[in-house]
Formats: sequence, structure tokens, C-alpha cells
Amino acid sequence: MTALRDITLLVNGQEYAVRVEPRKTLADTIREDCRLTGTHLGCEHGVCGACTILVDGSPVRSCLLFAVQCEGVEIETVEGLASDGVLHPLQEAFWEHHGLQCGFCTPGFLMLAKGALEEDPGLTGESLKEVLSSNLCRCTGYQNILAAVEAAAVRMRR
Amino acid sequence: MRFVGEGIRRREDPALITGRSRFIADLSHECDAVAFVRSPVAAGHIRGVEAPDDARVFTAAHLGDMGSVVPMLHRPDYVPVAQPLLATDQVKYVGEPVAMVVADSRHSAEDLAEQVFLDIEPVDEVSSASAALVDGAPRVHHGTDSNVVVSGNIDTGDVDRAFRSAAQVIGIEVTSGRQSAMPLEARGAVAIKDAASERITLYASTQMPHVLRTIVADLLRIPESDLHVIAPSVGGAFGQKMALPTEYALVVWLARRLGQSVCWIEDRRENFTSSFHARDHQYRLEAAFDGEARLIAVDADLVANVGAYSCYPVTWGVEPLMAAAELPGPYDFQSYRVRARGVTTNTCPMSPYRGVSRPVLTLAMERLMDTAAERFGIDPIEIRRRNLITSFPYRSATGVVYDEGSYIQSLERAAEVIDMEAFRRTQEEARKQGRYPGVGFSVFSERTGYGTPTFAQRSMEVTPGYETVDMIMDPSGNVEVRIGASPHGQGLVTSLSQLVADELGVHPETVQVVHGDTDRTPYGWGTFASRSMVISGGASHLAAGKLRDSIVEIAGDILEAAPVDIVLTDGKAVVRGTDKGVSIPEVARVAHHQSHRLKPGRDPGLRAVATYDPAGTFSNACHVAVVEVDIETGGVRLERFVVVEDAGLLINPVIVDGQIAGGVAQGIANALFEEIIYDESGNILTTSLLDYLPPTMSEIPRIEIHHLETITDASITGAKGLGEGGAIGAPAAVINAVSDALRPLGVGITEIPATPSRVRDWIRIALEGAA
Repeated sequence: MTALRDITLLVNGQEYAVRVEPRKTLADTIREDCRLTGTHLGCEHGVCGACTILVDGSPVRSCLLFAVQCEGVEIETVEGLASDGVLHPLQEAFWEHHGLQCGFCTPGFLMLAKGALEEDPGLTGESLKEVLSSNLCRCTGYQNILAAVEAAAVRMRR
Repeated sequence: MRFVGEGIRRREDPALITGRSRFIADLSHECDAVAFVRSPVAAGHIRGVEAPDDARVFTAAHLGDMGSVVPMLHRPDYVPVAQPLLATDQVKYVGEPVAMVVADSRHSAEDLAEQVFLDIEPVDEVSSASAALVDGAPRVHHGTDSNVVVSGNIDTGDVDRAFRSAAQVIGIEVTSGRQSAMPLEARGAVAIKDAASERITLYASTQMPHVLRTIVADLLRIPESDLHVIAPSVGGAFGQKMALPTEYALVVWLARRLGQSVCWIEDRRENFTSSFHARDHQYRLEAAFDGEARLIAVDADLVANVGAYSCYPVTWGVEPLMAAAELPGPYDFQSYRVRARGVTTNTCPMSPYRGVSRPVLTLAMERLMDTAAERFGIDPIEIRRRNLITSFPYRSATGVVYDEGSYIQSLERAAEVIDMEAFRRTQEEARKQGRYPGVGFSVFSERTGYGTPTFAQRSMEVTPGYETVDMIMDPSGNVEVRIGASPHGQGLVTSLSQLVADELGVHPETVQVVHGDTDRTPYGWGTFASRSMVISGGASHLAAGKLRDSIVEIAGDILEAAPVDIVLTDGKAVVRGTDKGVSIPEVARVAHHQSHRLKPGRDPGLRAVATYDPAGTFSNACHVAVVEVDIETGGVRLERFVVVEDAGLLINPVIVDGQIAGGVAQGIANALFEEIIYDESGNILTTSLLDYLPPTMSEIPRIEIHHLETITDASITGAKGLGEGGAIGAPAAVINAVSDALRPLGVGITEIPATPSRVRDWIRIALEGAA
């Protein structure tokens, strides 16, 4: 236990004043202090990608960042994807293409795909597969995730 | 409008894609946290446990009369062993829980756990089945004659005569490494104490909430009614979450002892060291073929490493005994001798994992077929054509009865899709350029949807099988389907709502499927063994039929028509051939609120209960893998993967294809990538996702799926189960393909996973042998 620090996080456009130990990860802070539990933890060592969120628009593993590093940045989580009850094209496409089974990896894949497609809207084929290979899914065999992201990419380009 | 057969979008998904679902760790915020202190050695005597003075630390000594877990098979060759919830005087595997620490957060609990010192005197261990079988090997459990803790022997037909008359005798050995089911969400339990009632609600990441309640109540010696078990959203399980984790019982014990809510959220390292493992088999087969390349007898020796403790409820007999009974697979021969042994070792206990022994026995039989084809100089399709079962019902050498299937048809269809002649031409060209492509077939049966009659043959103390469905139409006309199955990604909510909607003439959105809550659902066995669509689906079909009869009768009372003239369609009860009708919600309202209008003798309300308990059915499939092997790196690239699946009637084809693709991915992982490794002193070396390597999107090709639909009366709905098939068939197809690719080098593969370093070794050894 070390001294607690007061910080403010900006998550999905909303400010959260939280008091955390410096060693507390961003993932734990988002889940426990901001009470946004849509970001999941599958390995806590930066491999599985279930905890992927966006920091200033880029996909990051939230289990590999400390919360105290993240003051003054814009954080996006799965809870911020839909707006006013309207699903994001990626959410629609995952639903339409059966891109999830147990759904545990889904928030991480959604945020990974959002970050990647916003950075490069034309991402397709092998390059897209390579990016999506950042995260693990144990249920789907991946092909429906790829189909969903490809379909969403088309809609997001419009 | 009919909904069965439509690939409608899953009703489970909106909560999952928006982050609103609640998995176990999402329910742990108001609780103190437990961290377990686990054994760092494979075998040893506990001399003492030293803990910081002010810490809440508990060991076996605190547990008093809390029971131990003694999973039981009633067979003479089964050795029951009591598993303490926390190790008492001995530890038997690295990762075994010895003490537990409670603190106000997971961080603090883990800090304190690091300060607990376990004084353990190491003793000799056995970390592999082969080491455990050596004469004079250390015994994992005192008082046992050997480390063989379960065995099964079968000797039918006339094996010796068949071998004497054989034109060819072929021997093969196959080895499957140890795997983890590795659900992406590790295990976890949250015990919430209700201040008013003092009742405990145990939220648990489990496939079997009702069975979990029974065993935890037994261990704590409390009435089951004092415990309420809820399975929230479960982030994958694949068998690992159907066996009892002792940690779940301990969390409930702590909540009662401390009078407060307590949680345990497993981390990935614990999931690798201390949850359940799977596979780890070695098989040796001798097979006799007649002059026409027909298999006439198999003589097999099967060894399964079953770990340090038997798992509840299915026991450590599940892998070796199922392997012995189902080894013949889809092949027609009647002389069969097998010796199957489960061997205890100082390694993590084992639980079922998707496929249970069938991925390995299919690998063995399919390697055998390819080896025989080569020996007889015929192609891999022809040898299977000569040996697959063709007339049904078929009784196997072990007495298992197969219902109607399409074994040959699936093979022929797969061969058509692949176009073998074209592939062989391409292969020949590629070989001239120094490239190594290959094709591999795998034909298999998948026993699914078996109930009590089949499980009873295993002599299990806890004999699963039936499923009950409690179906209620409320006064608003919505249907609640309360099931004892406990889906966790299989889309059963959607599929069952389609099935029920068709029976009742309503829309699936008016059908709510309730599961995973022991207070709200009838006793049932949960979701495992490719059973839920067949058994819960069958019970839903039966209950919906009864409910439909009641709706029709009451509609008849309202419409003054004979029930036989009434049909339910599009949410209405209408008199056949007329425009007279009443909406189903109106019927429901009358049934509940105006029951005085019903004919005398009718029950008010709308409720039906039904149970289904079938003997089981067989799905079948043919998988074909096309690979290319890089002989410099030993890497295997999958170029194509074709599945011709026959799972009977498809309720929701999109969900079905998802199950197949996911299973195939796990089978590919089994064939090429994933392995839990122990060193010689029983230390586990694969404790992170940097060491244990599940495939990513880059390693899994598009799975091309084709369907055949054989409808049999072994399943009342016509649907056969298929949750495991992908994982069963894929390893053999991949390994046959790699062997086909490397045939010019004289490499035939018998060990999985065929990792790049192993493939390189085999190539080097083959080339040295040839030189």
C-alpha cells in the first residue's frame, strides 16, 4: 500500500475524480472506481487484448497502463460506443455477423477495430487481419469477427 | 411464419456488445477479496504455515468439519481419493491451495498472500504418466497399490483370430500434449450474504449452477435451500467450468464464517497452474486389416494422465473410460481389445474439455486409416469408404448404438468440395518447386445429447442426464422458459426461443429463456457435452406442446369452438377456416384473471412442465485440412479447412456454424500450438499467454461449412448436438494433412501439438535416417 493520489480521468466525455494508488492499473481503475465494467480483464499481462480501450483515439491495453499516467488524455471504452441508444456500426456488425459467442473478448475487439479503422479507414485484407490478430477470442474462430469488422468498415467509410 | 431454420440475430448480444453484461468480476465490488497461497512444489509434507499476525489467514486447520471432495465411480477398478479443500498435511501439485488470505481488496489480499510462508519439505514426485507407471515410482496417494487409479478393459469378438488371419497388421502410437481449455474469462466466485435472511447467494462462473449448489451445500453441511447459486454471464468455459473448484466452496465458507460478502477472482497464472487441465494421452494401437483393406480388429492400450485429484462430478474416469468405449468411432469392426488406464501424477487435476478424449481417439483412428491406405496403395478416401459404418442402427464392438448418420455421404461430399484430383496435380507441381502442401481427412462421430440412460452405464455416483423445462405464459401473454441448462455463449436463449415460438405460434421476442439461477429454474445439469439443444430443446418442445394444448382449450372456451378446430399462428388463436379468433395475450389474460369463464375442470393460469431424458444421438462430420509446411521453419500454414457436418435439423444455422468454426479453431490449436508443459520436477513452465499460445486470427483460415441434415427419432426435435465436433475432428485432419505434406521426406506425425520445433526435429531425424 502506497500513498493514494487524487486524479481526474476523462472517460467517454465524462470526468471521474478518483483516488488511487500509483500502482493501480488503468483497467482496474476504470472498472472499480469509474464503475465501467464493460472493459474486461482476460490475462492482466498485455497479451489477450480483452481490456483494449482507446487513449486519445489509439487502441491500448488498459492493463498495461497505470491510472496516474492517464490524466489529461481522452479515454474511450465500450460504454461510450453507442450514442443515445443508437449502436455504433461496429456493434451492429458484430451482432449481424455473429461476431461473438460468450462476448467476453467483444469490448476489446470493438475498441481495437474502432481505433484501427479511424486511423486508417481503408484498412482491409491481410493488414486488417494483422491488426485484429492483436486480440484473442476463444469462441468464434475469428472469421465472423473479421467479417463484422469488414462490413462495419464499409459503413464507417460512407 | 416459422422461426426454426432461420439465422435470426442472437437475443443475447445487445447486452454483450454494449458492455452492459455482468461477468463474475463485475459483481465483486462490494466484497472483501480472497487470495490463495498455493504450493510451489509438486509434492511435499507441510511442516507449517507462517502468516503476518494481523492478517486474516485461513488454513485447513480452520475448516473444522467441512467435508472433503470424494468424486465417485462405482466400479471395482476405480480408486476414490479424498481431496481436501485446502491441503492438510501434504501437497500434491504446484498450484494446490494451502492457505487463503482475506483483505479489503484484491491488491491487499495478494500483498498479504506474498507474506505467508509455506514451510514444505519436498518429497519425490511424478510429473508424467510414463514416470508414474515405472515400477517403484513414488505414489501420488498413500495406500494405493499403484498410480493407476481407474482402468477399463474390453475384449469382444475374436481379436487373436482376426490378427492371425490378417493380411496386414499396422501399429501406430499417438500422443496428445496437455492442454488448457483456457476460457478467456478465468474462474471466479462471489458470495454475497443477505443480512436479513442470512442466506448466501453464490455468483459463480460455472456451467452447472444446480450441481454446484448441491456439492457446496454438502461440503458445508447446510440445507441446499440456504444457498442460492447464480451463473452470471460466463466468459467461456469449454468444460473447465463444469468441475467443482474447491475455491468456490471456500468462498462460501468464508462468507459464512466472516459474516460478510467475499469474492475470489482468478488470475491468468492461477488459471494455468491451478484450474483444470485436459488431454495428455498416449495411445498405442495395433490394427488387423483383411486383404481388401477392411479393418477387422483393433488391440489398443490407452494411457491418460489424470492429474493429482479426481474431479467432481464426472471423476478422473471420464477421459480413459470414454476413450475405451468410443475408440472405434465411425468404423465397422467387431473384434476389439482395449486396456485403458487413468494414471495419477503430481500435476494439476483434469476436467473434461470440449471433445473429451475424442480429439485424441479420432487422431489415432484417422492416422491409422491414412497409414493403412498408404500400405495398401489406395487413397485416403477409398480406405474410409471401405470401412465406415453404413447401416443403422449400428451396434459398435463396445455395444454403443449409433442412430442414422451420413458418414460416407459426408466423406464423398467433402472429397467433391476439395476436388482431390486437382489437388494432387497442384501438389505434384508444388513438390517439384520444393514446396510441401498436403491434404488430410478426418471422419468422426460425435455422441451428443445423452441423458441418464447413457450416463448410468458409467456407474457415476452423480449421474447426470435429464433436463426439465418449466414453461409459463404470464397474463400479458409473454412466455417464460425456465431451464436447468446453463448456456454461456452457445446462443441457446435465441435457439430455444425460436423453437418455442414455432410451437406456440408467437414471435421469439415474446419468449424469455431464464437460466443460470437456482431460485428461478428447475433442477438440471447445466450445459456441457453437446447436450443443451437436444435435451433442453427436447424438454422445451414437450412443455410447449402441453402449453399449446392448454392455450387451445382456453381459446376454445372463449371462442365457443372445439379445441381441435383451433390453430395458433402469428400471436393469435383462430378457428380453422374462419376469421374468428382471439389474440394469445387475451387468452392469457382470461386464463389468469377470468378463470371463471373457463369450462369446469380446467386449471387457471398457463403453465407446463416437461422433462426429456434421451439415450442420445450421434452427429457426424468429415473435416478436410489443406496445409503447406515450410520445412525450413517447421511452420504449418492452413490454406483451407472444409467441414461437412450432419447435426440433424438446424434450429439456427448461423449459431450452428459459429459453434463449428469455434470448435475447429480449438482443434487447430490442439494440433499445432497449445501445450501445457511441466518440467521433470513437476514445475509448470507455461504460466502465461507468452508461453501458452492460443491461435490468433492470423492462424485460423476461413472454415468452409456444408451441411447434411439426417433426421432421426433419437432426438425429439430432430436437432443433434454439435458443440464439440469442431474440436474433435480438426486435430486429425490437420495432422493427416501435415503428414501428407511431409510424405516425400518420410515423416508421419503421431504427436500433437506439431509445433515448428517438433516438425523440424522430425524432418531432421527422417533425413538423417534416410542418409
